[in-house]
Amino acid sequence: MAVVNEAVEKTLTVTVNGREVKAAPGQTVLEVARSIGVEIPTLCHDDRLEPYGACRLCLVEVEGARGPVPACATKVGDGMTVQTNTDKIRRLRKFVIELLLSNHPLDCPVCEAAGDCRLQDYAYEYEVNMSPWGWHPLQFESRDDHPNIARNPNRCILCGRCVRICRDVMGIGCWGFTNRGYDTIIDTPYNLPLEEVGCVSCGQCISTCPVGALSMKRSRYAARHWQTDKTTTICPYCGVGCEVVVHTHRDALVRTTATVGRGVNNGNLCVKGRFGFDFQNSPDRLTAPLVRDENGDLVPTTWDVALDRVEQNFKRIKAESGGSAFAVLASAKCTNEENYVLQKFTRAVLGTNNMDHCARL
Amino acid sequence: MTNSIKDLHEAQVIFVVGSNTTEAHPVLALEVIKALRGGATLIVADPRRIDLARKAHLHLPLRPGTNVALLKGMMRHVVDMGWQDDDFIAERTENYEAFCESLESMTVEQASDICGVPADDIRRAAELYATADRANILYAMGITQHHTGTNNVLSVANLAMLTGQIGGPGKGVNPLRGQSNVQGACDMGGLPDVFSGYQKVDNPDAIAKMEAAWGVTLADREKGMTVMEMMHAVDTGKIRSMYIMGENPVLSDPDQHHVEDTLGKVEFLVVQDIFLTETAEFADVVLPAASSFEKDGTFTNTERRIQRVRKALEPRGESMPDWRIVQSIANRMGAGWDYRSAEDIMREVAAVTPQYGGVTFSRLENVIPDVEYAQTDVCGLQWPCPTDDHPGTPILHSQQFSRGRGLFSAIEYIEPAELVSPEYPLILTTGRELVHYHTGTMTRQAAGLNALVPEARVEISQQDAARLGIEHGAPVRVTSLRGSIEPVAWVTDRVSPGLVFMAFHYAEAPANRLTGAESLDPIAKIPELKVTAVKVEALS
Repeated sequence: MAVVNEAVEKTLTVTVNGREVKAAPGQTVLEVARSIGVEIPTLCHDDRLEPYGACRLCLVEVEGARGPVPACATKVGDGMTVQTNTDKIRRLRKFVIELLLSNHPLDCPVCEAAGDCRLQDYAYEYEVNMSPWGWHPLQFESRDDHPNIARNPNRCILCGRCVRICRDVMGIGCWGFTNRGYDTIIDTPYNLPLEEVGCVSCGQCISTCPVGALSMKRSRYAARHWQTDKTTTICPYCGVGCEVVVHTHRDALVRTTATVGRGVNNGNLCVKGRFGFDFQNSPDRLTAPLVRDENGDLVPTTWDVALDRVEQNFKRIKAESGGSAFAVLASAKCTNEENYVLQKFTRAVLGTNNMDHCARL
Repeated sequence: MTNSIKDLHEAQVIFVVGSNTTEAHPVLALEVIKALRGGATLIVADPRRIDLARKAHLHLPLRPGTNVALLKGMMRHVVDMGWQDDDFIAERTENYEAFCESLESMTVEQASDICGVPADDIRRAAELYATADRANILYAMGITQHHTGTNNVLSVANLAMLTGQIGGPGKGVNPLRGQSNVQGACDMGGLPDVFSGYQKVDNPDAIAKMEAAWGVTLADREKGMTVMEMMHAVDTGKIRSMYIMGENPVLSDPDQHHVEDTLGKVEFLVVQDIFLTETAEFADVVLPAASSFEKDGTFTNTERRIQRVRKALEPRGESMPDWRIVQSIANRMGAGWDYRSAEDIMREVAAVTPQYGGVTFSRLENVIPDVEYAQTDVCGLQWPCPTDDHPGTPILHSQQFSRGRGLFSAIEYIEPAELVSPEYPLILTTGRELVHYHTGTMTRQAAGLNALVPEARVEISQQDAARLGIEHGAPVRVTSLRGSIEPVAWVTDRVSPGLVFMAFHYAEAPANRLTGAESLDPIAKIPELKVTAVKVEALS
């Protein structure tokens, strides 16, 4: 046991861009660099997935290695010396991005990902020449019949993240690579509709897509990434307690996302957490108190009138029958603070312990 | 949950019983899938071939309502083979002898006859679970929503204690809570018998403490009524007024006709919600509440983690956060409260609630540093967190159980309250579907969800469908003793012959019009929503 612990606790010393860093065995160059704030660009990497090493954007120079190595898939070794941002590395990355852009549609003005697009970010950061190899945008026709998941294969950079998150994280496998070479496309088996290949509409593929190939269909054209206010809160559905980021614009909820590396959900959401919040902006929301009028209809009124009615009836019934004539239901949808004050109201003000909620239902 | 969500994949064996995890707790299920990829073994006990059953190494398709028999059969085999954890039993538990005697009443073969799972599969499940170094149990309403719900839970606890599979990493008993803050609503005393922190309302010390904190004399010093008992008390005239905050019993409670009759009889009904729900339609006064995106506060999740809910939008129209509405009514009744914010309320919660003693809004903003399984930055504290410097408790019962020693219970199998008959030859079991949620108040507003599942469906086996002349996607009538509804038929191999399944999300075909409110668990007062005898007919 002691031997095992020693091995686990052993720390390695790595030099990144001239700076010595302590690292744990098993960590990748990418992880160690990030731990000291050194950003390495990645397109095919997602912390929720295993290293893939396909996009070649995270190439770094390691002293003694035969050539550049992918930082996402290279484990650190003791005494390793890494350079992440040399002229040579920058040239290589620029070359990769230029190749990707040579058949990329460049429809950024109407692309959902604009402002939240890795390819756009890196093209800017690496000052790429837009079309040194000519520009031959892809012209695929694709099925786009899912109610929530918008597909645009022409924007796809074939990083395979959607394929891997569906297969490895979700345990399903709706997506795969189809055709070869220049004709390669991400598709469902036999080009079937997503609903027929086991899709649970979680939108995890959208969450990992680094570009605009997969996007949220129902919030298209609602607001740009940079126009929305973002508030981190907890999903109101099941009891798992996923952290969600609520994007709002002009006092409306535009979309929800989750942040990889945060919360019990680590950036993952389900169909309800990603596509289930239309109720927030619904015109059917109650916006004023209602009281029953002499005809027996519920009609809108002011808070004063509604609360007067509550006060009078609660006081009357309490005076006539005591607290035991009341029953109160709390809510598994309300906050702790609200449930606390409701039980206090029930026990201390109404004077009864007839209090329950749908914990059993 | 005794353990954390991130702890689930630490187990070598995961035993899921009565939880359709991928649909009801989809993101938590990802930890099960991760464990499978890491080589863990999955056992699923569920009457239906749910998604997890398809991924499982062993699926135990028990008859609804026979959990005690299945678990007893497993435990009998554990003891017969000598796989029990004698050290754990000696050091941490009591009443083992009486429990062992109770196992004498059922052989594995007898258990198999009752629950319908082959005896060899029961033995195999027992071996996998008992002999693993680390095994986690996940359970949900498939265990609890029976008139023997308490016995089912105690049987799960017996199994974990018998094998010592509790109180450490990858070893736990993990009930999955179904709603965003159902854990917190219980913690805060939204129950008839306890103040916040499970302090008993009939305990003189607890009463004295709350009276001092609240500056009142409490009138009621006895346990109150559960929701099922309230409904009956309205019928007898004992309850004259109800105040319902954010609940929709017309769809969530069993025997809808009875619930509707009852709500119609309430002399003065106040309903507070974000929509005019099926329940609010019966109200005398409806108070508009803010949604959870429009207010600050906290939710407590299934792993007991208290997390911050943050305001992203202004309340719609005149609506207000529920706590403000409650305070307005309280003050009109002379309470003299002066809470300025949710944070104010949490200060009082922490002062009177031992498990929340160390909870402050500022601590909830911090990333938890040393929590064993956090590969990600997780905020929020897991209770018990009694003091300001307490880091929270990811794993319960690691040294001792709440009561000291874990108590083995001698449990006998009792059959479901409602059995099939020539008139009602099929068993209906209810639950949730992935795409919709609870009474549908929120999800059925979502176009993206309605597009996926627009209507209520009843899952029925190919054999029963063929026999009854029912086609996939065709409307049918499902009838029980209490009423009838008209969903569409979903012909599938997820259910075996004799079994049908429906979710309770749909107002136009409410499954709870069929379920019964008569058979309650004697202790938990939970209704038997998982077993109802029905008939299904094609509608031409």
